[in-house]
Amino acid sequence: MMNRFMQSRLRGLIVLALILIILPAFLANSFHYELVTQMAILAATVVGLNLLVGYAGQISLGHAGFFGLGAYFSGIATGTYGWPSVPALLVGAILVAIIAWVVGRPILRLKGHYLSMATLAVGFIIAIILNNERDFTGGPDGMPVPALEVFGWELSAFGQYSLFGLTIEGFQAWYIFASVVLLVAVWFALNLIESPIGRALRSVHGSEVAASVVGVNTAKYKSLVFVISAIYASLMGGLYAHFQGFITPAVASFEFSILFITMVVLGGMGSTFGVILGAVVLKLLPQVLADFQELETVMFGLILMLTMIFMPKGLLPTLTAIVSRRMRKKAGGEA
Amino acid sequence: MTALVEVKGLDKAFGGVHAVEGVSFAVEAGQVYSVIGPNGAGKTTLFNLITGLYIPTKGEIRLNGESTARLEPNQLAERGMCRTFQQMQICMNMTAIENVMLGRHLQLKSNLFTTLFRLPSLRRDEESAHRRAAELMEYVGCGQYVGAEASAMSYGALKRLEIARALAAEPKVILLDEPAAGLNATETAALEDLIRKIADQGITVMLVEHDMKLVMGISDRLLVLDHGRVLAEGTPEEIRQNPDVIAAYLGG
Repeated sequence: MMNRFMQSRLRGLIVLALILIILPAFLANSFHYELVTQMAILAATVVGLNLLVGYAGQISLGHAGFFGLGAYFSGIATGTYGWPSVPALLVGAILVAIIAWVVGRPILRLKGHYLSMATLAVGFIIAIILNNERDFTGGPDGMPVPALEVFGWELSAFGQYSLFGLTIEGFQAWYIFASVVLLVAVWFALNLIESPIGRALRSVHGSEVAASVVGVNTAKYKSLVFVISAIYASLMGGLYAHFQGFITPAVASFEFSILFITMVVLGGMGSTFGVILGAVVLKLLPQVLADFQELETVMFGLILMLTMIFMPKGLLPTLTAIVSRRMRKKAGGEA
Repeated sequence: MTALVEVKGLDKAFGGVHAVEGVSFAVEAGQVYSVIGPNGAGKTTLFNLITGLYIPTKGEIRLNGESTARLEPNQLAERGMCRTFQQMQICMNMTAIENVMLGRHLQLKSNLFTTLFRLPSLRRDEESAHRRAAELMEYVGCGQYVGAEASAMSYGALKRLEIARALAAEPKVILLDEPAAGLNATETAALEDLIRKIADQGITVMLVEHDMKLVMGISDRLLVLDHGRVLAEGTPEEIRQNPDVIAAYLGG
């Protein structure tokens, strides 16, 4: 029983790894690589956000704030103060965790719309600070960020590397790196969900009062998952900054927060692989709809609404339900 | 012998309405103690006060001698109190057995590190929690749902699942809020056996119930509430002969 469960748990991760390995066969140029690398970073962010939104049932409309803080901390620490990337990412994540904990403690007492408003405000405040602190952040014009450097090894999208005797371009190296990051992010998320901690988180969503009477300190777990999802956002924000090489306060903007939430809702709240699909679809969509660029926000809003109405469980859970129903029918027909 | 649960001069007012007023009683360890009374008598309010979901307006509740004022429900669970609900509280986003495993929360020692890397110690704990939860589902009589989603279970089975979850927490005292509501005669008889089995294990049972036959059959003592006040308290025999209770119940 338990064994079968374990296998099904890791099956998704293996499929994801295979897709990431096969994908380069379909990537023709550096632009494609850039796109999928961004997808992987954003997907890892929403895998973290989904722990909060999909599993614990709490909302955050300000998650881009944490993403932005991570991005700027990495940018400023490495660019302005010459820190190595890894300490910058980690210290940034710790700071964001502290901020999320301090902010989360009081606002997670709120529910529903009130929590939405409070998290929205947190996001706005962070975006305003990043816009106004010109001396540190360069203000609305943004700031350049040095290339990522992992233990003295610089990872630049424009570099050239040799790996196992093969010459690979910088953007390909970034793709490999981002893929590994995504797989690790997913693995951690899956481990968290299928654990006593994950059960406590899901019970907060299912019935907070039931959770509390069997001994779950619901306030503690809500803060914990808020902090964990903020750490995901901060680390991915930092990587995003290094990858892009240039950031503006747009990374902390309300639009970005809404993009994250839309990825979660579209892909499937409470489905780790679903939200990855959500990130892929929403990152691809602007490419497909390049002619309607001004309408991008309208499109996102429309997608969010239509998903809520027609696929409240999200894209992947709805698709798997259809497929398994078909298969059952087929099996039934043959029997 | 000190009482396991002791309530003194308990008051709860919602605005101007006194849902519970001046209620005092004591439950000794190992008893089956029932709270009865007409609808709106304040039975569920009393349970919500005892389990920390409501904060009393006045009065005192002691669990094992310790005042429970300002203790959250989860802290009461740590001290051995667990309950079920009249309006069932099942996590429908989880499987049946996960709901019961949730009850093992306090018994499972886990930290973020062992969790994130899913170390063997965590896997072992999870497997034993899974085993224990399956046993408990069997014990309460919903063993056939071990592999099911909670949302696929029948009403009667969910009521049992809630009891299994409470038992998983290894409580000293379990509060059951109308466990027989909505059950048919056969299911109620099975429930009676289950409550007896639980009491025989040495777990103190507090019960809010409307089914008089059930209550009179299994209770050691009863508390009768009416309009938030204590109408009578005593053994089933005493209650049956109490003129106030007869008057209240027969509308005299």
